[in-house]
Amino acid sequence: MNTPLLSIQGLTKAYPGVVANDDVSFDIAEGEVHALLGENGAGKSTLVKMIYGLVKPDSGTMTWQGNAFAPAEPRAARGSGVAMVFQHFSLFDALNVAENVALGMENPPPMRDLAKRIKDVSENYGLPLDPDRTVGDLSAGERQRVEIIRCLLQDPKLLIMDEPTSVLTPQEVEILFQTLRKLKSEGTSILYISHKLEEIRTLCDHATILRLGKNVGECVPAQTSARDMAEMMVGDTLQTPTRTAQDGGEVVLQVDDLSAASGNPFGTSLKNISFSVSAGEILGLGGVAGNGQDELLAALSGELLTAATAVTIRGDAVGNLGPNQRRGIGTLAAPEERLGHAAAPNMSLVENALLTGAIRQDLTKKGFVNWKGATEFADQIISEFDVRTPGSDRAARALSGGNLQKFVIGREVLQDPEVLIVNQPTWGVDAAAAAAIRQSLMDLAAKGAAIVVISQDLDELMEISDRFGALNEGRLSELRPTSGLTIDEIGLMMGGSHGMHVAGEETVEQEASA
Amino acid sequence: MIQLEKRPQPSRFWSLFTPVIAVIVTMIAGGLLFAALGKNPIEAIRTIFYDPLFGEFSFYYRPQLLVKGGPLILIAIGLSLGFRAGIWNIGAEGQYILGAICGAAVGLAFYPTESVFIFPLMILAGLLGGMLWSMIPALLKVKFGTNEILVSLMLVYVAEQLLASMSLGLLRNPDGHGFPGSRNFQDYPSGHNTEILAGTGLHWGVAAAFIAVTFAYILLNKHILGFNIRLTGEAPRAARFGGVNPTRLTILCMGISGALAGLAGLFEVSGPSGQISIDFNVGYGFTAIIVAFLGRLHPIGILLAGLLMALTYIGGEIAQANLGLPAAAIQVFQGMLLFFLLALDLLSNFRIRLAVKGAA
Repeated sequence: MNTPLLSIQGLTKAYPGVVANDDVSFDIAEGEVHALLGENGAGKSTLVKMIYGLVKPDSGTMTWQGNAFAPAEPRAARGSGVAMVFQHFSLFDALNVAENVALGMENPPPMRDLAKRIKDVSENYGLPLDPDRTVGDLSAGERQRVEIIRCLLQDPKLLIMDEPTSVLTPQEVEILFQTLRKLKSEGTSILYISHKLEEIRTLCDHATILRLGKNVGECVPAQTSARDMAEMMVGDTLQTPTRTAQDGGEVVLQVDDLSAASGNPFGTSLKNISFSVSAGEILGLGGVAGNGQDELLAALSGELLTAATAVTIRGDAVGNLGPNQRRGIGTLAAPEERLGHAAAPNMSLVENALLTGAIRQDLTKKGFVNWKGATEFADQIISEFDVRTPGSDRAARALSGGNLQKFVIGREVLQDPEVLIVNQPTWGVDAAAAAAIRQSLMDLAAKGAAIVVISQDLDELMEISDRFGALNEGRLSELRPTSGLTIDEIGLMMGGSHGMHVAGEETVEQEASA
Repeated sequence: MIQLEKRPQPSRFWSLFTPVIAVIVTMIAGGLLFAALGKNPIEAIRTIFYDPLFGEFSFYYRPQLLVKGGPLILIAIGLSLGFRAGIWNIGAEGQYILGAICGAAVGLAFYPTESVFIFPLMILAGLLGGMLWSMIPALLKVKFGTNEILVSLMLVYVAEQLLASMSLGLLRNPDGHGFPGSRNFQDYPSGHNTEILAGTGLHWGVAAAFIAVTFAYILLNKHILGFNIRLTGEAPRAARFGGVNPTRLTILCMGISGALAGLAGLFEVSGPSGQISIDFNVGYGFTAIIVAFLGRLHPIGILLAGLLMALTYIGGEIAQANLGLPAAAIQVFQGMLLFFLLALDLLSNFRIRLAVKGAA
């Protein structure tokens, strides 16, 4: 066998209180697509940061084409041929594509040459991109293309991609995979980080699985079942949420021709949205991030006021009622952003329990707060939702993302809502906690609540929702029963492919689902 | 290399002790400053901090502590509520002046009638005057999105002009032989803010300050409104989600801080100062901002900080008189206190770690 492109031997990195990587070893061969698989917090990010020179390992060595490799900073790593596409884009909205690319280069060529090179590379790899367009106007998929092209211009030998598909529609994912396969055929190695097992099975040659910072196994994804990989990743048999579909409940939440301007200048306005949810039903709303999800949640929770009749609950017009008035009639919500929106970071869990629980849990008397009651409510959330924390007096920011999410969801579920709207209920949450959160939503539906789940995780929506719809530029697609929906149909509902097409193939038509 | 590391949980120890450390560091830096001016630093520090309390003439200075601390505390309590919610009323000085003008005008209108109802009416007028003046930046903010910092600050200068006009025109003492300034309330028992206990400096304004401290403490710790104020300052989006109406909260916080500043102005003009004059205001409205932060926006902290600030004022005056320290040096000294407090505030949320370069 040839010398591997990159060989990692015994890398260890500890942070105060946690060992992020513990004696991790694996090889990446030339021209190989290597998957790095693991739950949130398994140490994937720390590992790639070491490869990219952002973090220095405590011990262990790396060799690059047989030579010792210890990049002190990302520039050194880039010099050796490592390029990385981060999960969160680092682009300036106000600049155009070429300017953004130039900002990420060591010695950017003159703008005119650069624009031509961007065009060449993008056409070559099937990632069409106009160098003169302003980044603020691009879709998430197109922004990712800017990042990828920025990397490709460096002629990398190893391309690291951190959760690249989380912002893409299924069609866009397929185009990305075509590009990655083309790169691979040209000899570029790819380190592909994800926790989406099916993607890894279709794309990757080899997978390394991390759990709690340790390398717990390797496999050839194509020959391993998704379930086996998941169990390696979680280290336990996975509990799949179960529910029995319900139908025939009376309509509880009715949204009728809801239009609202976003409160945020970069937000998406809601346009003529109509749907209804019955008691016991879970409606799943998918869509690429930034297509009106936040605004829809705000309009339903009462943060964004609309015409009274645009939102009705059991026949009562509530569109002009604020959050607390809606809580009074049993409509609760859990926003996507945990810190700063669903919870106040510097305040204790007791205070955060009071934040939305004051009305329904009857925690105030003539305006005076019943702190004992609030503490009991917080403790109840902590015990019933298995929130790992030393106590309810802790600040919300001290909790890990998954634990805080359990707290946020638990806080609403335990208030026995008649209508619950959640946005991204399991974003950044480990598989076990995600399963628990989904199960609690399904149990709540079984008790007769009407639930709207907004999520970018299609698997999640397919698993728990009865009907599915997608948001695209503030509009809602037709709603369809979840059972029997194919991934292609979902992709079309989500707004097609945002104009992407694969090199040398016919353009995938962008069309709204009719 | 020194690194700052965010604490997972704000440190209780440091949030309680940073004010103490800030005072000590201020003493050291201030001492250096006084030494550079050619004064004996130890004597200067002693004159500022010790003499007013325990020195030879402390019988005179101790009541002054309440007289000077009272308005500072009263104004700072009002400001702290807004500051906690991220509403920055910087114009308490203007609201203080307007409270004084309105309250005094009501009192003077009744002169020389004697009645027990006059002083309460003056209090009400002072409160309303300060509140209405603060409603200008509040309403402009909620209606047109203007910046309350700028508007409230600029209104201070408008208020000062108004004060000059009043003391030279409408409210000028008709029996004052043409001198600027209103009648003196010391000569008008029904309108005079007397000492409740003679010789202690404890006038009605000081009592009002203590009441304000108590109410603010209960509001912030026991009442949902206080919770909403803190929540809005910590996380505005979460506050909205929690059902807080930001418009209403802005008006409320600005109104309370304006009303308390107006009260402080009325108590001052009808008591220690005695009359409306061009320069009866001595910057309490601005110093109260320092007091509010020195007290960490906490009612009890503000009580202590107000007394400490009053001490540096009185001590500073003694030092000016006895040691010949320039007034500017005293102001620098007071400024240092705020500076060090804010700098050390970092320690309650961060810890300092000495790290070998490259190891992290």
